[in-house]
Amino acid sequence: MPGETVDILLAAILIWIAWRTEITADLFKAVVLLIIFGLLMTLAWVRLNAPDIALAETAIGTGLTGALLLDAVAHITGKRRRRLGRSDRS
Amino acid sequence: MIGGGLIYAIAGAILFSLGLYGLVVHPHLMRKLIAFNITGSGVFLVLVGLPQRMAGTPPDRVSEALVLTGIVVAVSATAFGLALVRRFYDLTGKTRLPNDPRPEP
Amino acid sequence: MSAVEPEEHGLIRPIAAALASALGIGLIVAIFALPRPVVGLAALVAAHLEESGVRHPVTAVLLNYRGYDTLLEIAVLLLAVLGVSAFRPAGPVATYRPRPDSGPVLAALIRLIIPLIVLTAGYLLWAGAHRPGGAFQAAAVLAGGGVLLRLTGLIPSFRSPPLWLRMALFLGFDVFLIVAALPLGEGSRLLEYRAARAGIAILVVESALTLSIAAILVTLFVGAAPSRIRNKRSTESARLPQNDRAGQP
Repeated sequence: MPGETVDILLAAILIWIAWRTEITADLFKAVVLLIIFGLLMTLAWVRLNAPDIALAETAIGTGLTGALLLDAVAHITGKRRRRLGRSDRS
Repeated sequence: MIGGGLIYAIAGAILFSLGLYGLVVHPHLMRKLIAFNITGSGVFLVLVGLPQRMAGTPPDRVSEALVLTGIVVAVSATAFGLALVRRFYDLTGKTRLPNDPRPEP
Repeated sequence: MSAVEPEEHGLIRPIAAALASALGIGLIVAIFALPRPVVGLAALVAAHLEESGVRHPVTAVLLNYRGYDTLLEIAVLLLAVLGVSAFRPAGPVATYRPRPDSGPVLAALIRLIIPLIVLTAGYLLWAGAHRPGGAFQAAAVLAGGGVLLRLTGLIPSFRSPPLWLRMALFLGFDVFLIVAALPLGEGSRLLEYRAARAGIAILVVESALTLSIAAILVTLFVGAAPSRIRNKRSTESARLPQNDRAGQP
């Protein structure tokens, strides 16, 4: 049954990506993995016959959350570098 | 007969507990927010997957609408949490809560 | 396995792992133990679809059957925007200037993509009546365009939203509340549209919601960023005294 194989594979990849997101030491890498997780969730929504949720998840859950998190990561790590190294990088 | 939704419902339960573990364990505030997002996604999977756990049932539109609402509320909660974290970092220079016994790296 | 930072109290991690695993297993057991007959609202949703004013069931549920949930959701979004706007630092705001790291490729992409984004958002809004789409998806696409504009500096950062933006933020909630309260004047309850007017009511509400939610999402993105101070002198003056004390490693 190809449908169920895809479902099991997608669910396994989702859990694995979430696990990697928890384990990774780098904050930036965790954010990137969360964005990938959001894209895979879009596939899961398509498999669950919910195209409205897929549209919303891609734009809001992945795009906007990713942008917000990346902005925050840049703010936190950039400022730390600026404060510790007294560099002129804004 | 097992429907396709059951697999995603189980995955959602696992994601929920994974995210909860991350929320408790990580001292960094932003990692807590990321874990919170994973928890939310797990809940949404359970909400949409559970009505389809039997083969042949049509997709449940009410839970899809609830999940749509949930996604938007989750992003606004994440944005608010990030504003809090950034402000906390601006004021104190730390990304851990003040009563956290673990040292800053 | 500790790729994460080591901690002094070594008991948190195994206890949390044990409890989370127990919770996960308990949830899976509960999922399997659910009773077989599924009481579905799907039949009810499908039966009354003609009276709801739209042909797509998810839109009907969102804006007609469970319109109250959507109304409160917009209120929650507004609360989040208010909260994010309350955290602005008291320093000077960066002037209107394109950010230096926006290369020519991004600028050219903006010129091509923004009209497409507006067109796609309009289509999604209109298509929500009879196929997947609707106000949230259209607003999300518009917000993506807004974030792109913000990243190239075409939307300046602001300390607090200007007046027209504040009106756009509250427009969706106001329109929704007015349309929801109209049946009160006719003796029905809140959000009980008449079948003949439901389609128009939903269209008006969805249009206002699209603009409003897009404005809210963009404000959430812009408002979460404190002012980027460019020259070093204002950086020194804008930093709070606690920062210098706490920042020394």
